[in-house]
Amino acid sequence: MFKRIRPLFSITALSTLLLVAAPSQAATDKPINVVASFSILANMTEEIGGPLVSVTSLVGPDSDAHVFNPTPADARTLASADVVVINGLGFEGWIDRLIKSSGFKGELAVASKGVQPLGFADEHAGQEHGDDDHGHDHGHGHEHEHEKVHADSHADKHDHGDVDPHAWQDLRNGQIYAANIRDALIAVMPAHRDQINARADQYIEAIQVLDQATRDRLAPLSPPFKRIITSHDSFGYFAKAYGVEFFAAQGWSTDREVSAGDMARLVREIRDDNVRAIFVENMSDPRLMQQISEETGVRIGGQLYSDALSPPGTVADTYLKMFESNINTILQAIEP
Amino acid sequence: MVDFFWAPFAEFAFMQRALVASLALGLISGPVGVLLVMRRMSLAGDAISHAVLPGAAVGYMIAGMSLPVLGLGAFITALLVALLASGVSNVTSQREDASLAAFYLMALAIGVTLVSMHGSNIDLMHLLFGSILAVDETALLLIAGATTVTLILLAMIWRVLLGSSFDPLFLAQYGRSGRVANQLFMLTVVLTFVACFQTLGTLMAVGLLMLPAIAAKFWSRDIPIACLLASGFAMLSGTIGLLLSYHASLPSGPAIVLTAGVIYLTSLFVGTHDSLLIHSIRSTRHRES
Repeated sequence: MFKRIRPLFSITALSTLLLVAAPSQAATDKPINVVASFSILANMTEEIGGPLVSVTSLVGPDSDAHVFNPTPADARTLASADVVVINGLGFEGWIDRLIKSSGFKGELAVASKGVQPLGFADEHAGQEHGDDDHGHDHGHGHEHEHEKVHADSHADKHDHGDVDPHAWQDLRNGQIYAANIRDALIAVMPAHRDQINARADQYIEAIQVLDQATRDRLAPLSPPFKRIITSHDSFGYFAKAYGVEFFAAQGWSTDREVSAGDMARLVREIRDDNVRAIFVENMSDPRLMQQISEETGVRIGGQLYSDALSPPGTVADTYLKMFESNINTILQAIEP
Repeated sequence: MVDFFWAPFAEFAFMQRALVASLALGLISGPVGVLLVMRRMSLAGDAISHAVLPGAAVGYMIAGMSLPVLGLGAFITALLVALLASGVSNVTSQREDASLAAFYLMALAIGVTLVSMHGSNIDLMHLLFGSILAVDETALLLIAGATTVTLILLAMIWRVLLGSSFDPLFLAQYGRSGRVANQLFMLTVVLTFVACFQTLGTLMAVGLLMLPAIAAKFWSRDIPIACLLASGFAMLSGTIGLLLSYHASLPSGPAIVLTAGVIYLTSLFVGTHDSLLIHSIRSTRHRES
């Protein structure tokens, strides 16, 4: 059915197309193809679309979207998609070129649309101690794809308008994501509006419940117990939303080699700031973290999932399970 | 001054381990590197360093980031490539470097294929760059083991190697035992790399092996002395490189290799043998007389 419609893509405006596509979709009930840029968005889309969608994730579980190299097969996947869901906020630096080169002309959903973005400077606004030295050091830990372009200009200041893209680490943003994905799905399948709305409402409510539960569980802990270190700084939103202090060593990233100076600085920070635990994220070199733990005597608090879900059937294979797993891991490590 | 040189190592255990690792690696890099240079196989090290990749990739698939398994896999494939290359050059008339190039390129392609099939680019980066800062006790034991075996092997075949380094026909006279000596030497090269690649990464390991050795040749014609000098240079590069990485926040592997590079350039200009300085003095004298 879709084979017959596809040529229309190239010659018809999108709005016209939707009018044509919608009835045929309703008639066949064949799931539409959705491509998500990474595993967390793929999972959200599956939750909302259910049997109506067949979701592919470009960057799979346990892989790093920052350094992803698209292959021609990915371009082909993208070209055959009806909806593409991306995070936005500069998270997928490679997606624009890929979309352009693949010739994709379907519905593009930017999941983070409407999210209040956190800049690099206010990312650590949750931190109480205004110690100059530290405020400076911690602010630098973000080395994402979009920064590679102008890494030099980023040497000292954060006031260049770059934002932290990891907005899904705040469950309230997760609700916005879900709503955006819902709207995109409805736009391509207006006939299934009620079904999608029902699933989305249910999902958003589940996110809300988890958000409240998270607050309830973290609230009783006093601030000194909520200082933790991660290997790659992507918990800015989490920190702001739930009052946990995250530290990342200056200049640490998944795509750069660490210097002895960086290691030493981090070790000193841990000693000086009385940090409670260190976490290894699911895609970075665990050996350096073990080294730091040995050096400081601070516990390695297990695995936090930031930018990717774990493989299906494991502890963090959905967005909600990922979040819950993170909370459990954090509480386990910092509770005295 | 004391603070600059001593404090980093006194304060941090990871710096101590990194120092010990780079000193041990420097110790074997000297003789192995000088012998490679003497045998005109300066680039063979490069070839073998890439040959560790498929084995390391298979090791990673089996056991994850486990040092002994990675090391074993790397050792097996690198040795396989080295033996195949020397075997082919023994049977056919092709030179060893040609067959080494052929086999290492194949091994490299297999390695990259395996790593990308496994999915994550990050792993490959860690294999290529390693990290001397991540050296833990297991890694130190591995390095110590490889260093010891390498030194013993070198001592056993030292005389034959020295002779054959000057004159390949000398080795041919020894016949079978000469070939065995040659293969044992390749074994030491492989061992050195397996020890190096986890700490410095495959790309940087060659730098620590070859640069001090080539630099040493500017100071002495005598092979044993050149070996000692090369070991000294390599250890110095390791130490200064680590200090640079600490004080100037440079990535540790490249900092070490760049230090070795500076030593090489200095030797090139002011060395006592064959250096640019000697050449300019000589040509001046030539004109005067």
